[in-house]
Amino acid sequence: MGLFAKIKAGLKKTREEMSNSVHRMLHSFTKIDEELFEELEELLVMGDVGISTSEHICDELRRKVKERGIKDPNAIFDLLQETVSEMLSGGEELKVSTKPSIILVIGVNGVGKTTTIGKMAAYLQNQGKKVILGAADTFRAAAIEQLQVWADRAKCDLIKQSEGSDPAAVVFDTISAAKARGDDVVICDTAGRLHTKKNLMDELAKINRVIDRELPDADKEVLLVLDATTGQNGVNQAREFKNSAGITGIVLTKLDGTAKGGVVLAVREALDIPVKFIGVGEQLDDLQPFNADDFAKALFDR
Amino acid sequence: MAFESLSDKLSAAFKRLKSKGKLTEDDVKTAMREVRLALLEADVNYKVAKEFTKKISDRAIGSEVMESLTPGQMVVKIVNEELTELMGGGEARLKMPSSGPCIVMLCGLQGAGKTTHAAKLGRLLKKQGHRPMLVACDVYRPAAVKQLQIIGEQAGVPVFEEGQGNPIQISKDAVRHARDYGNDIVLIDTAGRLQIDDKLMDELKNIKEAVQPSEILLVVDSMTGQEAVNVSKIFDEKLEITGVILTKLDGDTRGGAALSVKAVTGKPIKYAGIGEKLDDIEVFHPDRMASRILGMGDVLTLIEDA
Ligand SMILES: Nc1nc2c(ncn2[C@@H]2O[C@H](COP(=O)(O)OP(=O)(O)OP(=O)(O)O)[C@@H](O)[C@H]2O)c(=O)[nH]1
Ligand SMILES: Nc1nc2c(ncn2[C@@H]2O[C@H](COP(=O)(O)OP(=O)(O)OP(=O)(O)O)[C@@H](O)[C@H]2O)c(=O)[nH]1
Ligand SMILES: [Mg+2]
Ligand SMILES: [Mg+2]
Repeated sequence: MGLFAKIKAGLKKTREEMSNSVHRMLHSFTKIDEELFEELEELLVMGDVGISTSEHICDELRRKVKERGIKDPNAIFDLLQETVSEMLSGGEELKVSTKPSIILVIGVNGVGKTTTIGKMAAYLQNQGKKVILGAADTFRAAAIEQLQVWADRAKCDLIKQSEGSDPAAVVFDTISAAKARGDDVVICDTAGRLHTKKNLMDELAKINRVIDRELPDADKEVLLVLDATTGQNGVNQAREFKNSAGITGIVLTKLDGTAKGGVVLAVREALDIPVKFIGVGEQLDDLQPFNADDFAKALFDR
Repeated sequence: MAFESLSDKLSAAFKRLKSKGKLTEDDVKTAMREVRLALLEADVNYKVAKEFTKKISDRAIGSEVMESLTPGQMVVKIVNEELTELMGGGEARLKMPSSGPCIVMLCGLQGAGKTTHAAKLGRLLKKQGHRPMLVACDVYRPAAVKQLQIIGEQAGVPVFEEGQGNPIQISKDAVRHARDYGNDIVLIDTAGRLQIDDKLMDELKNIKEAVQPSEILLVVDSMTGQEAVNVSKIFDEKLEITGVILTKLDGDTRGGAALSVKAVTGKPIKYAGIGEKLDDIEVFHPDRMASRILGMGDVLTLIEDA
């Protein structure tokens, strides 16, 4: 299955929900008028895009309609795809070319960090990279055991300490092990934390300092995991994690449900953070590199 | 984050309005736009917000603006009252059956907080003098059983598990075990699942058939957006849930999902999760939730101060 087909399959439910309603709506109009844009905005808000971003998208559409002299309501569909794709384009690729490079995975509680790490390890190993995992969630019950299962599935090593130990020390250990063993990519798990808890956010800053000291010239990705069912709070999450941990990208998980994950559009508009991967299930191969075109197409394709 | 409260917005919308008599249809229409936007910003489902504002309009039109209130504040007061009313009205306490243990099944999407809240509830009920038991029916997620065992021990509540066995059989065995050992409450932790996953939804139905729970609680993450409606609707249709636990309210989410879930299912929100620690659970407060969704610390002081 080609990449586009795979994403389409992964997003099937999402697409059915969204594009059916867009189509039904567009077919009910004979001309492009304000009422149409109002309904379009409603559909975007229903996809968790948020009010201001939905308004922004509709403004873009109005501008393009005028500029290109478009009259047919059905043409709006392609325009919508184009606009969404433009908004989400750029910066999708993962930068892990130095040896070693490091990926720090962060986010609020229960969004899918640990699972994503398991999938990402398998993805990178399949590309011939040697991956090592660091169990820096030393807080949540059985988090280390959970990551161990994923390390076994992905066939890579895991560096761990006991529950309750200092996460920054685990990250340090993992980096040292990676250097000693000649691994290509270090991926560190972290405990889920709400972006409003200052002490926990400071802990991330500390981890970052360890990474920057130990791997000053390495490629570093700090990935924020966002659950596709999240509403507008996702923007707050991204803003605070960006401030405290300097995120370089987003992994949007749980897109195999009916949630649209539209909040990534709001995040992109407000903070210009690219989506790098999407999660479409709980199995090892349920992770796909993000592609803005495909994502927009899969969301709105007829 | 700089945050303009609904009340501020309404005051601005009504700035030119001098009369303080009755609210006219036009006043209310202007106000309802702001109210609707505020609800949407708080992640209340689009359709739910629409229906809700329609209901408010009917009540607000013709309302006397009280001496101490401006029209804007009057609208806020009505909205707040209706929201509180809509979200309350349920019995928070667990229904205890007349004989045998009270069986409580927790279910919901992946990562919502089921396992944590099974242990939190166990601890809370133990403190109230019960003899609860936890049951590990998540046989899928890596280390799910281990997680429940660890937090069960922290909570001082015994955990029944049969490894990666069949969840239906495990729940039956657990209930028998509870009867034999005098546990009066059985809290069943289930695996997270999508509401559109028919196979796993059937599994829950079969557990329900097998052990006839007194309570089926849907665990919902308070950061959920527009999806809250689809999720709660289908879980309720398939399982007839008896209540909701709203989790992760310790953050800054406005929590509009609460309104969506309540509006769609009509089932009471019984508990609120307010942190990762095992004591971080409380009985749900409809009035606080209403103020939170509207983005106002305390509506009443706000109105009184005016
Ligand atoms: N359907 C679906 N479920 C997922 C996906 N990614 C993760 N999950 C599930 O979501 C739940 C939480 O995943 P975890 O990986 O434990 O999340 P986490 O962010 O590490 O959680 P904490 O460490 O507790 O903060 C698990 O049940 C996963 O199986 C996905 O893409 N789709
Ligand atoms: N901040 C906060 N975190 C919570 C709360 N409740 C649960 N969590 C965290 O959310 C994450 C997921 O909780 P779990 O109890 O594992 O969720 P679950 O629904 O059992 O997840 P699955 O079994 O994977 O579907 C963990 O990191 C918990 O510590 C809460 O009220 N507040
Ligand atoms: Mg984790
Ligand atoms: Mg669980």
